[in-house]
Amino acid sequence: MNSIVCVKQTPDLQQVRIRKETREPILENVPLTIGNIDKNALEEAVRLKEKQEGKVTLVSVGGEDLEETIKEGLAMGADDAVLVVDPQLDGAESAVVAEMLAKAIRKIGDYDMILLGEGSSDNYSGQIGPRLAELLDLPQVTFVRSLSVEGNLLRATRNMDDCLEVVEVELPAVVTVLSEINEARIPAVTQILKAGRKPKEVLSLSDLGVSAASLGKQVRTLSNKAPLQERKQIMFKEDADAAVAKLVLALKADGAVGGY
Amino acid sequence: MSKILIISENDNIAFELLTAGKMLADGDATLVAAVVLGGGAENRANAYLSRGAAKVITAGAGKEMMETFDAETYATAVAQIAGKERATMILTGCTRRGKELAGRLAQKLGAACINDVKAIECEGGEAVYSRNALGGATVCRQAVSSPVAVVSIMPSTFAQASEVPPVGETMVVDLELKPARVRLVECQSKNTDSVDIAEAKTLVCVGMGLGGPEKLSVVEELARVLGGEVACTKPVATDQKWLSEARMVGLSGKQCKPQLSLCMGLSGQVQFAVGIRDSKTIVAINTDENATIFQYADYGIVGDLNVITEKLIAQLK
Repeated sequence: MNSIVCVKQTPDLQQVRIRKETREPILENVPLTIGNIDKNALEEAVRLKEKQEGKVTLVSVGGEDLEETIKEGLAMGADDAVLVVDPQLDGAESAVVAEMLAKAIRKIGDYDMILLGEGSSDNYSGQIGPRLAELLDLPQVTFVRSLSVEGNLLRATRNMDDCLEVVEVELPAVVTVLSEINEARIPAVTQILKAGRKPKEVLSLSDLGVSAASLGKQVRTLSNKAPLQERKQIMFKEDADAAVAKLVLALKADGAVGGY
Repeated sequence: MSKILIISENDNIAFELLTAGKMLADGDATLVAAVVLGGGAENRANAYLSRGAAKVITAGAGKEMMETFDAETYATAVAQIAGKERATMILTGCTRRGKELAGRLAQKLGAACINDVKAIECEGGEAVYSRNALGGATVCRQAVSSPVAVVSIMPSTFAQASEVPPVGETMVVDLELKPARVRLVECQSKNTDSVDIAEAKTLVCVGMGLGGPEKLSVVEELARVLGGEVACTKPVATDQKWLSEARMVGLSGKQCKPQLSLCMGLSGQVQFAVGIRDSKTIVAINTDENATIFQYADYGIVGDLNVITEKLIAQLK
């Protein structure tokens, strides 16, 4: 059972601040990490490996810092990593990322299952899994909350908007998981130390036969700002009874309670 | 002028897409065609016509393969229809089925894909789409440069197209499809909490500060007094299961715009806040005076939600 887990390098969202004057995010010096739901996908692959023989390979596409960021995933139990690194791939659009992932995965060749998070923690667009499945001509099983593998058969429960769907598919397949599938492990210090020695293959665009100039540009981002928040931010600091009384008065004055 | 296809497994969302499509076609509804696949397509097609669809496209040959929603099969079908219609834009609902379809369809068509769209404006003759980014900390506005675009729109972003005397017609298209590779073994409907918190005028949102499911009855009482609904953060629904996922607010739950949101016992992470920050009035109640949620609030009280809730009920009655 060999799994490939695709992960995305994202800024640590807890540490992103907003510049007040422009409402733009401050991304300089924000530490980079692997997406939260990606970690659930990796955890699931590592658990499968612990039950059955096989290996787990991380694949990721991004800018220069990727070699450092990926260590976290290696420490969580992946055996090796294949990285496509180019400054132009930092923040690249979904169609480009999916294409580069597909090229890297074709190079690896030997796999039974490709796992991803249902969406990245920053953009949460959820395109990569289905795009990758199409590029590799594989079946897709998305929004998985639990799965099991017997021989060549994957059985998965998908958590859809109005129902739980149990499906079966012959491997290989592309599987995207929900965060509720497991609790991702936090690697021990010894694992983190060992991670630096695990094999990493770093591919450039030219290794994949891609010229930087040919990278598609289908989506233009015109602006990216925090929404305007014009809140009164009034704190009622009295004791609980008085504070609640003032709150109720204020809500009535605003027409926020009563009246409907 | 661009030709627009709309498709959703959810007919009410499809009616919203009809409105969006008409707007994107500069008011010319004849440029918008609805694709109706799957069970009951004939009756559903008539319902779409009575919502003003100029054309409804259903499957002829191959329609038996559409009985269950298989994303790969549906993407193949819609791609074939888009090719025949020379469509330049395909709109779908941003549901889980919509999203699994959108990515695959976009890849088949060599198209750009923008998911989770919560507003569309037309600027200088092109459509500009707004969606949350950076986990909801920002809203980015994007435009598409590729000839074809697949766009998934959040439910309730547009009003449903209203009923009109039908003038459009249904067209049957033969499709070339292979049997689905993913087999549906069973489908269990969820324990039906049929509440739609996105429709509520008031939300009483609780987080882990609630302490336990036995405390819910008081919060539910407050929601009743306010004529609203109880909603919750992701951990309360998916980890603790104190409330159903239908009541989950945030990036992976519902995004709501009520008149009033009371946020109690929750820290206010942006992934949650994105679900309520468009509320008219926001109240925060938390034991930690430094909780982020106070930054989103019009009014705040530092205190235990259970204590404050009881006092609120008493004073509101």
